Amino acid sequence: MASPGRRDAPEPPDFAVLKRLARDQLVYLLEQLPGRKDLFIDADLMSPLDRIANVSLLKQHEVDKLYKVENKPVVSTSDQLCFLVRPRIRNVKYVADVVHADKAAGRSRKYKIIFSPQKFYVCEMVLEEEGIYGDVTCDEWSFYLLPLDDDLISMELPEFFRDYFLEGDHRWINTVARALQLLSSLYGPFAKTYGIGRCAKMAYELWRELEEEVEGDSQARRPEIGHIFFVDRDMDYVTALCSQVVYEGLVDDTFRIKCGSVDFGPDITSGDRSIKLLLNAQDKVFAEIRNEHFTNVFGFLSQKARNLQAQYDRRRGMDIKQMKNFVSQELKGLKQEHRLLSLHIGACESIMKKKTKQDFQELIKTEHSLLEGFDIRESASFIEEHIDRQVSPIESLRLMCLLSITENGLIPKDYRSLKTQYLQSYGPEHLLTFHNLKRIGLLTEQSPGETFTAVESKVSRLVTDRAAGKLTDAFNSLARKSNFRGISKKLGLIPRVDGEYNLKMPRDMAYVFSGAYVPLSCKIIEQVLERRSWLGLEEVVRLLNGNEFAVTDPAVEDNPTWESQRVILVVFLGGCTFSEISALRFLGKEKVAETVPDCPLARGEAKDPALPPSD
Amino acid sequence: MACSWNWNPLGEQTFYRRSELYSMAWDLAEELRDCLMAAAPYGGPIALLKNNWRKEKSPGSRPVLEIYSAAGLPLASIVWKSGQVVQLGWTASEDLLCIQEDGSVLIYNLFCEFKRHFSMGNEVLQNHVLEARVFHTEYGTGVAILTGAHRFSLATNIDDLKLRRMHDMPSLQKPPSCWAVLFQDRVTVILLATGQELYLLDNTSCNAMTPPGLSPQAGAYLQMAVSFNYRYVALYTDTGYIWMGTATFKEKLGEFSCDIRAPPREMVWCARPRSKQRAVVVAWDRRLMVAGNTEECIQFVLDEDSYLVPELDGVRIFSRTSHEFLHEIPEASQEIFRIASMAPGALLLEAQKQYEKESQKADEYLREIKDKEQLSEAVQQCIEAAGYEHEPETQKSLLRAASFGKCFLDRFSPESFVRMCQDLRVLNAIRDYQIGIPLTFAQYKQLTIEVLLDRLVLRRLYPLAIKICEYLRLSEIQGVSRILAHWACYKVQQKDKSDEEVAQAINQKLGDTPGISYSEIAGRAYECGRTELAIKLLEYEPRSGEQVPLLLKMKRSKLALSKAIESGDTDLVYTVVLHLKNELNRGNFFMTLQNQPVALSLYRQFCKHQERETLKDLYNQDDNHQELGNFHVHTSYASEKRIEGRVAALQNAVDEYYKAKNEFAAKATEDQIKLLRIQHRLQEDLDKPYLDCSLHDTISHLILDGKHKRAEQLYREFKIPDKRFWWLKISSLAECGDWEEMEKFSKSKKSPIGYLPFVEICVKYHNRHEAKKYAARVVPEQKVKAFILVGDLDQAADAAIEHKSESEMSLVLAKCSPAIDATVVEKLNRARAQILKK
Repeated sequence: MASPGRRDAPEPPDFAVLKRLARDQLVYLLEQLPGRKDLFIDADLMSPLDRIANVSLLKQHEVDKLYKVENKPVVSTSDQLCFLVRPRIRNVKYVADVVHADKAAGRSRKYKIIFSPQKFYVCEMVLEEEGIYGDVTCDEWSFYLLPLDDDLISMELPEFFRDYFLEGDHRWINTVARALQLLSSLYGPFAKTYGIGRCAKMAYELWRELEEEVEGDSQARRPEIGHIFFVDRDMDYVTALCSQVVYEGLVDDTFRIKCGSVDFGPDITSGDRSIKLLLNAQDKVFAEIRNEHFTNVFGFLSQKARNLQAQYDRRRGMDIKQMKNFVSQELKGLKQEHRLLSLHIGACESIMKKKTKQDFQELIKTEHSLLEGFDIRESASFIEEHIDRQVSPIESLRLMCLLSITENGLIPKDYRSLKTQYLQSYGPEHLLTFHNLKRIGLLTEQSPGETFTAVESKVSRLVTDRAAGKLTDAFNSLARKSNFRGISKKLGLIPRVDGEYNLKMPRDMAYVFSGAYVPLSCKIIEQVLERRSWLGLEEVVRLLNGNEFAVTDPAVEDNPTWESQRVILVVFLGGCTFSEISALRFLGKEKVAETVPDCPLARGEAKDPALPPSD
Repeated sequence: MACSWNWNPLGEQTFYRRSELYSMAWDLAEELRDCLMAAAPYGGPIALLKNNWRKEKSPGSRPVLEIYSAAGLPLASIVWKSGQVVQLGWTASEDLLCIQEDGSVLIYNLFCEFKRHFSMGNEVLQNHVLEARVFHTEYGTGVAILTGAHRFSLATNIDDLKLRRMHDMPSLQKPPSCWAVLFQDRVTVILLATGQELYLLDNTSCNAMTPPGLSPQAGAYLQMAVSFNYRYVALYTDTGYIWMGTATFKEKLGEFSCDIRAPPREMVWCARPRSKQRAVVVAWDRRLMVAGNTEECIQFVLDEDSYLVPELDGVRIFSRTSHEFLHEIPEASQEIFRIASMAPGALLLEAQKQYEKESQKADEYLREIKDKEQLSEAVQQCIEAAGYEHEPETQKSLLRAASFGKCFLDRFSPESFVRMCQDLRVLNAIRDYQIGIPLTFAQYKQLTIEVLLDRLVLRRLYPLAIKICEYLRLSEIQGVSRILAHWACYKVQQKDKSDEEVAQAINQKLGDTPGISYSEIAGRAYECGRTELAIKLLEYEPRSGEQVPLLLKMKRSKLALSKAIESGDTDLVYTVVLHLKNELNRGNFFMTLQNQPVALSLYRQFCKHQERETLKDLYNQDDNHQELGNFHVHTSYASEKRIEGRVAALQNAVDEYYKAKNEFAAKATEDQIKLLRIQHRLQEDLDKPYLDCSLHDTISHLILDGKHKRAEQLYREFKIPDKRFWWLKISSLAECGDWEEMEKFSKSKKSPIGYLPFVEICVKYHNRHEAKKYAARVVPEQKVKAFILVGDLDQAADAAIEHKSESEMSLVLAKCSPAIDATVVEKLNRARAQILKK
């Protein structure tokens, strides 16, 4: 992508420090419980933990056996049990069950719960209600941020979206604020802060409060990150609802990228075992194709394969000395590259098999016409057929939501019939799914004027005091129109292209959606950074329902010559997709800013946040 | 020289000085010997308990507890109404311990306000306290008790009370003649003497000790003294012999014999750090003796009863009229003020005096020091000596000399000079008669400025403490804020002022001073029973997290709730909500939540996991029928197992949905009930799992099982759209390979989905033969596609040609391989050429 003449993206700061901090604290916590112990790990924490500490490190600190927290009786024989969990009621109850079972069996052991990233009062409350408060000791592992890549850190909180946007539960905002505090203590202070969305604003304010309480002496330090940008996921659902077509996004859609690594099954590895592959900039092959449109990937890979072969071939005609040199220095690298190449080719084949089917092409076509607002009737019947034929429950929902958002709600007839069809295809429990989707405004019915104002008046009644204001903030999406069409027009999200969009040499961020659509979230970021304020975007902000802010920290010298001033941290509250990451990386090379998106939520969930209400 | 007039030599090297600190302001009617007394070290307060010994307790002569500053200014007094006090003592934090006969210890602050009490245990209670000592170690303040049964009990730290009973004494018949507490190797032990025997007592053993080099004629022990730092012990015997040595009894420091046989009233050590000649001070009724390892001793005549208070660097002596300090002259002072001293400091002082007289001698003296290159030493000496002087005039002349000498030095860091000026300023201020804390420089350094500030705060000398902080430029959080907070805590106890007044006064003074915790002050107000004031004060607290716990404690839960919500900290809200839940009855609790939507939604979250039934009640209360409906639906597939239960739950849901005017959901649920019943029947009839399949899957299963009738029935009953049914039916038929039935079905009526899907599905299941049957029936527009699918390129080409569609022709061409389909290719090319011609 980078062509000559462009400035390269600046180096992001060294995020590995976050890992080291987390590891050291974990070791410290484990040592607080001296002696041999068994460690029970929350399934959600398994992958992040894997990135922080390996088994041998745990063993070094006297962890005997590792178990997953699951609904099975505990078989451990150790006298000390340590639980590493997210602060959820479910997990605490699990511990309570273990303790009760031990008590019934007349066994006494030591129990310790380590909550990550923080302990909630309600957890202690449950311990108390279960009558085991005295039997268990609690600790906090302040592991807020996991660096997934050189330019990507994540909070790994998949429940953030559901808790905040659906349930209106603000508990994680505090966590976000603390994570930001950690970042600014390590890399800050930040010269300028932008943001849009209610959650963004609250997180920002809470973070400022935390900073004020500490009142550090960080002023003298030279900041490593210039700007920080907050985006609420509900500012832009559209992007999250579109099918991904860049390589990394497709790998995620097909195989699920978890914590920056992916499991390739035997069909791809062409061996008998599945392989866990870390997907980051260290993987030379992947680094070159991750952000590419899928159509380019195969060509690239075959070119790469030829190059590799050529390099192998060089050894013909070498003398002994050269050969020795080749074997000792290059061969290992080549072999490694060879292995990666074959894995990615395998993955590509598998994706092709699934995605180039007629269905997929039609799906993309429908998405594009929805984005552009053409052939709505045709799209609606495509969706209905999609549901009737039970192609994929998730994709059907995705299309329905996309239709609803782009059209400001479904027309009543479609709303009823699509829902009925869906229930008939996938079962009645999805009645609750639809209810949830309606609550967050993803799947709504086009409402005649009067109901809209009714909601509004209800809202304004609630806004009378400050406290209630915050709640209605969270639920306001109920009343909010998505206004996608208007925003799209204002920002030019649908590029007008004459002829074929050149996916090999893309002109703008639209390439991540085959040139059909510029991701809204990224467009806003681009616009604001270009203007260095929200000025001139008033109309867009109004359509997005406001809550924008831009704050300059007067204590930080805004010195544009500093390389670090070009580093921008984008915080997605509620998760982001790989397409957005690719688009931002593109933006980083095109303009003069590298972006470091932070996704508190593993990407995929954003697409379907409210699937079966599995509470 | 003028300053050494009151010096008394002890041996050849050292001098002792007795100088007056204060003339006592107290106007005591009683003799001191009639009172029980305790004076705190480090220039601390003096407590007197009058009339303690009177047996008859007439109301007029009740014991009175009085507390005075070291200058004799009264701080507070109360009438003593508790039991018989045996001993008074001060803790390290200047609280007064009153040890009663029954072993209970009452703690008062220095304003005679009762703080708490504790007991020294049952054994002491039974046997009574005979004697007691209060002692200070690095563990804190301790109490040692000699009981009536001649046993020792002690507690090393009264703040962390652990009672220890010491090993029995060798003879329990009579009390020891004298005893003292020793602190060796971090263990507290008791040294005691009976007659001519000396014992060391610890928890488990009792060892006889023999002081090394003890004179054989020594006789029986009468008195003993342990030094301030527990390093040295002195013993006085009935022959007037004094033995001085280390507390380990390994080394002897010296001995002294005097001709006084009378038992002394008191004996204490008088030494200073790096002392040259450690000495003991022995007091009789009218005589005071300072004795060291020398031939001679210093003797003073006492005009009245005097009492000794050992200090770190000397001994304070107070009587009814005066308060004096006796100490060994420190080296620097000795060098400067010794008669005819030629030490550099002495010369510098003289030089400066001559300079003031404008005499050229100044230059001579200065030259003499400079020649010996001792000027910086001289300045240093003068600075140091200034610290040891109590008289500001002397301090000034020494500092002037130092400053004068400094002028002739190139590189002399001014820090020590400035430091000393500051320290002396502080010391002079607190030594003031009104304040009455006669700290010496050495004591001040040992105590540290922070502790000194604490002590000023304890005496409620807030303005002085603040002045000192400002003068020394201490950080706000450590200094001024802390003092203001203490002030405020005191202020809230003033019951004569209204809540409003107090709150305002406090806010005015404190403002937004960093490091001030309004919640702490409010906490204190609440402890004093002023809840309203506490709430007012909490208003000033900027951190909600700090407000909430106290509000909860004060049972202002609703206020706490709104504060918690304001803070935006969900965890805090949870704290309050769950607190409320336990505190209020259910109805009130729900009502409270009703007005706080954030709290309500949090509580709902909690209930979803912990108490689902409560969730229902909550929805019921708000008439939230939609959520109630959802609740029942959830119940039907999550917790209910039996079919009747599930149907009942769904029926409830239907009712609720109707109430919520959500007809769609109601209908959908009704359909579900119907489906459940049918599935239940199917399951029984066919003995296959049908329950929990979606309608689509149910029908599909039926077709797979060949139950076409039943499938039709469902199709009609649920008004399934034709399109869906056809899709469903052909894919199911294809799946089970029932091609015959498919053909029959295709002919049953005109297909609403056309015939292309038939082709597709057949191809999917690799049945080209069947596919071909349907390809012919496909509508013309899709024929090409259909023929390509079944692989009949020839017909596809024909169709394309028929349509005269170039794109279709290309599509077919692309599928052709030239070797096999040569004829087709030729045909197509020809047709294309024809079209092009036109």
